[in-house]
Amino acid sequence: MADRRGALVSAASDARVLFGAAVLLALIVAAAAAPLLAPHDPLEQDLLASFLPPAFQAGADPVFPLGTDSLGRDLLSRLIYGARVALTVALVAASLAALLGTALGLIAGYFGGWVDAVISRLVDVWMAFPPVLLSIVLVAIIGAGLHSVIIAIVIIDWTRFCRVVRAEVLVQREQDYVASAVTIGLGRWRILWHEILPNLLPLLLVLITLEMGIAIIVEAILSFVGLSVSSDQATWGGLIQEGRLYIHQAWWIMVLPMACIIVSVLGLNALGDGLRRTLDPVMRR
Amino acid sequence: MSAGYLLKRLLLAIPTLFGVLVVVFVLLRVVPGDPVTMMVGLTASEEDIARLRELYGFDKPIFTQFLIYLGDVLQGDLGVSITRKQEVLGLILGRLPVTLELSLFAMAVALLGGMMLGVLAVYRPGRGGELVADGFSGLGLAIPDFLWALMFILLFGVLIPLLPISGQIDPRLGFEPASGFYLFESLLIGEFAAFQSVLSHMVLPAVALAIPLAAIIARILKSSLQEVMTQDYILLARARGFSRLRIVLREALQNALIPTVTLSGVQFTFLVGGTVLIERIFSYPGLGNMAIEAVINRDIPLIQGIVLTFAVMFIALNLIIDSTYVLLNPRVRHG
Amino acid sequence: MTVAPTLAVASLRLDLGHTPILRGVDIDVMPGEVHGLVGESGAGKTMVGKAVLGIAPAGARIRSGSMTFLREDLIAMPERRRRDLLGRQIALIPQDPMTGLNPVLRIDRQMTDPLRLHLGLDRPAAAAKALDLLHQVRIREPERVLRQYPHELSGGMRQRVLIAMAFSCRPQLIVADEPTTALDVTVQRQILRLIKELQETAGTAILFITHDLGVVSKICDRVSVIHSGRILESAGVADLFDFPQHDYTRALMRATPRYDRPGDLLQPVPADLTARLIAEAEALDA
Repeated sequence: MADRRGALVSAASDARVLFGAAVLLALIVAAAAAPLLAPHDPLEQDLLASFLPPAFQAGADPVFPLGTDSLGRDLLSRLIYGARVALTVALVAASLAALLGTALGLIAGYFGGWVDAVISRLVDVWMAFPPVLLSIVLVAIIGAGLHSVIIAIVIIDWTRFCRVVRAEVLVQREQDYVASAVTIGLGRWRILWHEILPNLLPLLLVLITLEMGIAIIVEAILSFVGLSVSSDQATWGGLIQEGRLYIHQAWWIMVLPMACIIVSVLGLNALGDGLRRTLDPVMRR
Repeated sequence: MSAGYLLKRLLLAIPTLFGVLVVVFVLLRVVPGDPVTMMVGLTASEEDIARLRELYGFDKPIFTQFLIYLGDVLQGDLGVSITRKQEVLGLILGRLPVTLELSLFAMAVALLGGMMLGVLAVYRPGRGGELVADGFSGLGLAIPDFLWALMFILLFGVLIPLLPISGQIDPRLGFEPASGFYLFESLLIGEFAAFQSVLSHMVLPAVALAIPLAAIIARILKSSLQEVMTQDYILLARARGFSRLRIVLREALQNALIPTVTLSGVQFTFLVGGTVLIERIFSYPGLGNMAIEAVINRDIPLIQGIVLTFAVMFIALNLIIDSTYVLLNPRVRHG
Repeated sequence: MTVAPTLAVASLRLDLGHTPILRGVDIDVMPGEVHGLVGESGAGKTMVGKAVLGIAPAGARIRSGSMTFLREDLIAMPERRRRDLLGRQIALIPQDPMTGLNPVLRIDRQMTDPLRLHLGLDRPAAAAKALDLLHQVRIREPERVLRQYPHELSGGMRQRVLIAMAFSCRPQLIVADEPTTALDVTVQRQILRLIKELQETAGTAILFITHDLGVVSKICDRVSVIHSGRILESAGVADLFDFPQHDYTRALMRATPRYDRPGDLLQPVPADLTARLIAEAEALDA
C-alpha cells in the first residue's frame, strides 16, 4: 500500500512536470513563431469590428477567434505577441537575476567574514522594500520599455537567488568533498567553481523556473500600471488594463490575458516543483 | 535570552534602516538625468530649473545633500510634496491608518484561513480535507494577489454585485474618523452603519491580499504538522488516549507554528507590499494608491517618503514576526 | 487455578505496506510481571509495543492473530474504548526522553492533562497529584520542575517525568520501549531501579522492550527473544540465562557485555546464523 501511494505521488509529480513542460513549450512556440501563428497583425485596427466576442459566443465573427479589443484589434494575435514579451522578460530577467544573485551568494557563503556581512546586510536592506513599489519606481526612473522592466526585475529579485545560494553553500562547504578538495591543494576559486557550483545547479534550475513565473507577473503588473513597453505593443498586462475599462461590455479582453498569465505561472510552478522533487535526492547526496 | 535575542534583532535593524535611507536617497537623486528635469518636465525654463535646484539643495555636493537629507529625516521632516504642496509626513500619516487597517485585516483573514486549511489537511489526511487544502494552496501560490483582485472585480462588480468594488466607505455616510482608523473607530464609537460600510468595502481587497499568504501558511503548516505528528511526544499523546483533534490542536499545532512563522514571515511583508497595487485596483484611498499617483506625477519627495514608510513598516513587521517566534518557542525564550 | 494474563498476544502477524514485520508473535504478560522482549534492532520488538497500544504507523495492517488485554479484544475494540483504556489502564514509557516530551508545553500541563481526562480530577487536584508523582520518582524541587519546559531538564530527569506520567493513572499494563537506552550508564541503573520499585509497589505488569540482555537480567521476570518478527524462545529469566535453548539466544548472550566477563570475549552474532533465521522467517510468509 505504501509503495502504491508512492507510485501515485510520483505519477502525479510526473503529470505536473509534463504539464509544466507543455506550457513552457507552448510559450516558446508562440513567442518564436508569433508572426506565423497570429492570424492578424496585432496592431491592425478595425474600428468597425471593435468589441467582438470570442467565437463561442453569439455575435462572433469567425475571422477573430477570440474576439477583438476596443480598437478592433484581433485578441488572439495580441495574446500570441504578448507571449513573446512575457517569455523574453521571463527568460532574460530570470537568467540575469540568477547570475547576479548566485555570484554574490557564492561569494558570501564561501568566503564568509566581512564579505558575507556586507552582502547579507545588503540583502536585508533590499528585503526591506516592497517589491511591487520598488519596481514601479525603478521603471519610472529608468524610463518605460522592455529593457527597463528586465533591469528592474534583476535589481529586485537577485536577493531570492543570493539568499538560497548562500545558505546552500554554507551547507556544501562543510561536506567532505570540499575538505578533500582543500587537502589536495585546490585553490578557493577553483573549489567554488568546479566543486561547489555543480552541486548547486539543480537547485538553481528550480529557482530559475520559479523566477520566470514571477517575472511574467511583474511584467504584467508594470504593463498594467502603464510602465512596461509602449502601449501599442501587445502585452498581457496591457490587455488586462484595457479590459478592466470595458469590463461591463467585453469581459473577454480582461479574462483571456489573465488566463494566459495564470496558466503560464501554474505551468512554471508545476515544472519547478516537479524538478525540485526529482532533483532533491541528487541535491541531498 | 529572550530580551537579548530581540535586542540583537533591534540593533541589526539600525544598519538596515541606514541602508534603506541610502538607497532611497540614491534612487531618486543619482538617477540618470536630472531629478529636477524629471520633476518639471522638459518645458520649464532654465531659470526655473536653477531656482528649483537651489531650493531642493541639488546644487550642493552629493555627500552634503545626503547629510542634509539624513538630518531632515531624523527630525521627521520628509519635505514637501511637489504636486500637493503639503508636508509629506502629514500626507503619509493621513493615509497610513487606512493601509494599516487593510493589511492587518488581510493578515487576520490569511492566518485564520491558512491555519484552518493546514489543520484540516492533517486532521483528515488523504481525504476531502487534504485535497481541498492542497488544491487551494496550489492555486493560491500560483495566482498573484492582483489577479485575484481583478477576478473579484469581474465576479462581484459585474456578475453578482454583492460587495462594493471601489472606495473605502459609502461617502453618503459622511463618516470622518479623527484617528484615521475607519474600522476601529466606527466600531468603538458605535457608528454601525459606517462600520458595516467600511467592512464591506474592505472584504474584497483584503481577501485578494490574503489568498497567497493563506496558501503559503496552509502549505507550510501542513508539512510541519505532518512532521510533528511523527514525533515521539505525539505518539505518547496517542498512547495516553487523547483524541486526534485534541492532539492536532493542543499538542502539535504550536510546535508546527514555529517553522511556519519562520518560513512564512517574509510573506507577511509581501502582503503589505501588495497593498500598493490592490489599493490602486479597488480605488482604496491608502498609502499604496498615493504611491502610484506620486510615481505618475513624478513627485519625488512624496515617493521618497512613501518608500521609506513602507521600508520602516517592513522592518517593524519583521521584528514583530521575530518576537512571535520567541513567544512560540520556549527553547529560544529560555535557552 | 489459572490466572488470566494481563496481556495476551497470540500468533500476531502484521505487515507494513507489503513487508511482513511480525510473523506470528506469541507473548503472555502475567499480572505483576515484568516481561522482557529482547531482540536486535529491526527484529520487530518496537512494532509489538505499538501494535498493543494501537499506535502503529500508517500503512501497518494486522493480518491475523489476536491481542487481548484482561480478556478484552484489543484489535476489534472500538476507537472510543481504546482511547479510554490508553493512558488509564495501559501506558507507555517511550524510548527517547529527549523527544518524548512536548517541547512547547510546561511539565505541569503534560502531567495534569491525562489526569484530568482519565481520572476526572479538577485543576488543583491534578496539580497536587502531579507534585506527589514527582516526589515518588524522586525529583528534587518538584514545584520548580512543574513550571519548567522539557529543554530545561536533564535526560535522566525527563525520563523520571515520563515514568511518573506512565504510572500516574495506576495502569494495569505499561509498555516500556527501551526506556533506558538513550541514557548514560549510571543514570540507566537508577532509572531501572526506580521502574522496578514503582512496579512492585503498584503491582503493574510491564512489557519491557530492549536490545540489552544486561538490562533484562536486572529487571525482568520472564523473557521472550524475538528475531525477524518471530519469538524464538520464551522462558523465566534465570532459566534463560542458565539454560538458553536457542542458538540465537546463546549468540546474543555472547554478544552482550557482562561485568563478570572481560569485554574482549564479546562476539557479534554470526552472520550465517542471522541469514538462517531470516530464511526461516521468510519461509513463513508464503
